[in-house]
Amino acid sequence: MTATRTHTPPGTRPAGPARGRQSVDRPAGPRTAHTAAAQDRPRRPLAALAARRAFLVPMGVAVALLIPLAVVFPGAGSWPAALTADLSGPLGRAGDWIIDHRDSHPLFLYFFGHISNAVVVSVRAVYVLLLAAGWTGVTALAALVAWRLAGIRLALTCAAAFVACGLLGMWVPTMQTLALMAVAVAASVVLGALLGLAAGLSPRADRVLRPVLDTMQILPAFAYLLPMVLVFGIGVPAAVLATVVYAAPPMARLTALGLRGADAGVMEAAASLGATGRQRLLTARLPLARRQLLLGVNQAIMTGLSMAVIASVIGAGGLGDRVYQALASVDVGAALAAGIPIVLLAVVLDRTADAAGRRIGATPVPAREQHLLRRVFCGWYGRLLTFLVAVAAAVAGRVAGSSLWPGSWTVPLADPVNSAVAWMTGHLYSGVPVVGGTADWAARFTGWILDPLRSGLQAAPWWLLLLLACALGLLAGTWRTALTAVLALGAIGALGVWEASLDTLSQVLAAVAVTLVLGFAIAVGAARSARAERLLRPVLDVCQTLPQFVYLIPVVALFGVGRAPAAAAAVVYALPAVVRITTQGLREVDPAVVESVRSLGASRSQLLRQVQLPLARPALLLAVNQAVVLVLAVVIIGGLVGGGALGYDVVLGLAQGDLATGLVAGAAIVCLGLLLDRVTQPAKED
Amino acid sequence: MRDAHPRRPLGRHGATLLAATTALAALTGCGAADMTRQSSPYAAAQGAKTVTLSVQSWVGAQANTAVASYLLEHELGYRVDTVQVDEVPAWDALSQGRVDAILEDWGHPEQEERYVRGKKTITPGGELGVTGHIGWFVPTWFAEEHPDVTDWKNLDKYADLLRTPESRGKGQLMDGSPSYVTNDKALVKNLGLDLEVVFAGSEAAQITQIKQFAKEHKPFLTYWYEPQWLFQRVPMTEVKLPEYTEGCADDPQKVACAYPHTPLRKYLNTRFAESGGKAAGFLKKFHWTKEQQNEVSLMIAEEKLSPQQAAKKWVERNENVWKPWLT
Repeated sequence: MTATRTHTPPGTRPAGPARGRQSVDRPAGPRTAHTAAAQDRPRRPLAALAARRAFLVPMGVAVALLIPLAVVFPGAGSWPAALTADLSGPLGRAGDWIIDHRDSHPLFLYFFGHISNAVVVSVRAVYVLLLAAGWTGVTALAALVAWRLAGIRLALTCAAAFVACGLLGMWVPTMQTLALMAVAVAASVVLGALLGLAAGLSPRADRVLRPVLDTMQILPAFAYLLPMVLVFGIGVPAAVLATVVYAAPPMARLTALGLRGADAGVMEAAASLGATGRQRLLTARLPLARRQLLLGVNQAIMTGLSMAVIASVIGAGGLGDRVYQALASVDVGAALAAGIPIVLLAVVLDRTADAAGRRIGATPVPAREQHLLRRVFCGWYGRLLTFLVAVAAAVAGRVAGSSLWPGSWTVPLADPVNSAVAWMTGHLYSGVPVVGGTADWAARFTGWILDPLRSGLQAAPWWLLLLLACALGLLAGTWRTALTAVLALGAIGALGVWEASLDTLSQVLAAVAVTLVLGFAIAVGAARSARAERLLRPVLDVCQTLPQFVYLIPVVALFGVGRAPAAAAAVVYALPAVVRITTQGLREVDPAVVESVRSLGASRSQLLRQVQLPLARPALLLAVNQAVVLVLAVVIIGGLVGGGALGYDVVLGLAQGDLATGLVAGAAIVCLGLLLDRVTQPAKED
Repeated sequence: MRDAHPRRPLGRHGATLLAATTALAALTGCGAADMTRQSSPYAAAQGAKTVTLSVQSWVGAQANTAVASYLLEHELGYRVDTVQVDEVPAWDALSQGRVDAILEDWGHPEQEERYVRGKKTITPGGELGVTGHIGWFVPTWFAEEHPDVTDWKNLDKYADLLRTPESRGKGQLMDGSPSYVTNDKALVKNLGLDLEVVFAGSEAAQITQIKQFAKEHKPFLTYWYEPQWLFQRVPMTEVKLPEYTEGCADDPQKVACAYPHTPLRKYLNTRFAESGGKAAGFLKKFHWTKEQQNEVSLMIAEEKLSPQQAAKKWVERNENVWKPWLT
């Protein structure tokens, strides 16, 4: 059953565009039927009775445990002060100790210092290499590699992407980001693969690692930055290490998934041939898991790239820093000029990794049938040739005297973008006839949805919310799910951030609702027409990979400071995953069933409501789960536009070097994430 | 050719990798690694004299850094790296030698105690010449229509006009980035005002909102500070709070007085201050006025010039101002 549980890979942080996400869902295929069966089960009376007992018994236990507590601490709204643990003392002291000792203590001199130096040396090496290759060399190499892996179309996209980075005047920052990324991704792939190897081969290691990976998955990136800065100081080493911690979990999860999913027949055959354990691992298990390994690399790249922007807050340099500096002077155009290369890098890297993944599964085309040029670039000498051509291009570039992108070949993007944004925010903010301006929408959203939700949650007695979490957990899964949910919510109270967490929870719930309504509507349209889906894909890619710092200003200009723009930013970020998963789910409904229903004279809406949506239920549930996790992931960004609550606390912790506030708020976000993830997890644990 | 890929060497690769890692660990593990002497991987090739300056997120700080870097690069032949970080992490970085100088500090007594007097890793670099002041501001047109709004005692009268969806039925007092010094929550409570502090979360969000309010001709009350270029775009008038007296803000819970006028200061990394040569001398002498700083800030924020272009323009026009800094 373990294999089916991993299916909603909470570990695969869906930072990547298009394919990454879709392929991650692929392992879900066989499970779909299983869940459907599980949903049907309660219809039979006996099973229904069993199900009711599985619900009632743990509920009874929970009520029995909570009622005495509720009687002792009847506090109507907030969490009882007697049940909180104040961590600010010890955390503050830990922070001070690090600051006082980091220049002299042997732990820093002989351990962290060397790690830090190694990072600087490697990033420097890659950076110097990239600069030496010049723009001609880098572009040629990227295009050739893409061509070898996927063909001429991707090669052209690749070359165009790099040329665009140059045209935007972002060549040097792009190379800085690439150098940082290369080192960080390499390190996280190695680390992730080692962890995944342990988890894939030993069930005990898996049990130990799983909660750790779950936590790392949900812990907001901003919360990672603070301890890293304390130990390593601002700059590239802290940024690289934060990226590694952030990007390794998806790799670890997918590696473990691939290893555990090895075909039993093949393993048996390998064993019967007398292969030793190590041989079996190297010759059978790892090769069989290659697809998942590659997917893991892909995910590591995507998460790494999103982190590279966030890490600009601690002085990582590169593209992220340009975005961040543009934000400081409220210059959307300049932020976009630095954001576009990030989107392009993400799309190109994702498509290339995806093509590499598909190539592994495909049977090779016989050499004779291939195009002449492709045949030339095949095999080991093809690799050598690729390398030589790239070197030749680099040398040609040097000879022509333009190893850096020529300064005159740039296109100013900032001004037109700024005037477009100014026009948009000027005309849509208020006074639009009939529908009202965006400011009015924001006011209504805040007043009619967010406020009642927040005051409702904050007014509810704490023990009632715990019981509610327990009930939801039981409805979604087993008593284990319920226990996790209750403990997570309890931990929030114990950390002393009950009010702020409920505020954040209300924002998350409202944003998820909007995301789902919009996402399902768009997906229904996209599932109907392949053309619409094709048109939609680049838009979704951009939404998912554009650094959120870029759209902070337009979002505030449209919705004003507060929780509404925070929700808007979250919706923009979470929508693509929901649309993709739902579209795919609707598409995968058996065409024969659809055809037969249509022949019975069902209308389009009947077809959708009575056939397609029920059959796509597992995909819809997965979409809900992803929406929740993704919306929570951008709570911090909400803190930057007036969302307040936990997101603001994490930002405050980083800005003031206040370990206690930042880490406690980060931990509360993790607990919220665990709670929401568990109660929306479509999988049933057996 | 993929399927035929030989499997055995994988094991050997692993062994080689292990050996290489061990060798690397043995090689690097011998001596102590001092993180305070580390340079950025993006720094220029060896031999070039590099100075690293910290830029804070507000535009005034960008203006200081832009002009200082321009002069360091074009007059003294240095290469300048800038790093954008919040104030408290910037002190940390200065102490560790990751940045060489902070050009505009608004007063961090705790950090000063720890690094300047305690660890002695940071040396004061004199005053910037600009005096900073934090306060509560309303748009000038609003203050002209209702002159009594500029006294804090009358703010409650206008709470209705200042209400927004976020202000929980009270008047909104908008605060900015979490990295800024603020006592506003305590102030509102201790002065018993019918106001709610709403944190914009970042300066970018706050400026955007102020501009939007100004465009809509909607009254607002905001935490803001001088010198700031936004005053040229959105004229604002300060609301008088109970007068600042020495020590009245010492207990953060009981504050009930205005913010002080702070002479902004420069700080240098001690090692840099002692052996930084001409660059250190120049940065110690760097000293200009609020108007001069604002001139550069406006070019960056409003004309959307890059900081380098803005600095170039200013330097060309003001030779008599900066010449003395170089001697």
